[in-house]
Amino acid sequence: MALEVGGKSIETDEEGYLENRDEWDIEIAKAIAVAENLEMSDSHWEVVNFLREYYEEYQIAPAVRVLTKAIGKKLGKDKGNSKYLYELFPYGPAKQACKIAGLPKPTGCV
Amino acid sequence: MPETKKFLYVNRKAPYGTIYALESLEVVLIGAAFEQDVSLAFLDDGVYQITKGQNTKDIGMKNFSPTYKALGDYDVNKIYVEQESLDARGLTLDDLLPLTWEDEDDDWAEKESIKVISAAEMAKIMEQSDVVFSF
Repeated sequence: MALEVGGKSIETDEEGYLENRDEWDIEIAKAIAVAENLEMSDSHWEVVNFLREYYEEYQIAPAVRVLTKAIGKKLGKDKGNSKYLYELFPYGPAKQACKIAGLPKPTGCV
Repeated sequence: MPETKKFLYVNRKAPYGTIYALESLEVVLIGAAFEQDVSLAFLDDGVYQITKGQNTKDIGMKNFSPTYKALGDYDVNKIYVEQESLDARGLTLDDLLPLTWEDEDDDWAEKESIKVISAAEMAKIMEQSDVVFSF
């Protein structure tokens, strides 16, 4: 599969995750969000940026349970709960936000 | 509620050169989602998996050692390292990654995950486990 962004073709796997993480940029993120039917707000970007930082530090995309806990610690309890995260990313905060962040499918996502 | 079992993942091989170390780590992270009682053991060349300062540039493999630091987030906080294996390789606890976890019930206090134990103690831990995965 491929995603067309700014005249360029970006390779993705069959589920829409980027094949090459280094190709990621903000325009690609926006294009993936459109494909996911998501309108990105600052709150969405906050989660996406959090995931990119997490990956940078630990070299993995965290499972949703881990993401929820880590967000709660960094951004506060009102954001570190599944209700808040599923409202932002209805098809799974870890899966959808990781895809937009250009990361692989979360480890521990079955 | 299904019964919680004691899982022990035994790691004996060097981190690179074979796929065992990376596969083991992935299985641990995936398994952690099932809320079992998970422990990790590092012995023989497996102790190299959690040494500091790994650099994989020249072998063209991803350095996945930072991922061990995420184990605490996955509630995997019982990491046993065999003293004899460290000694035989001239390593000490200071050569290992500082693996910690945060205790939610203790105001997120940061606690050490690694316990260096003797071969005899390691044998006991294996004996007490319900399921042992050997990598």
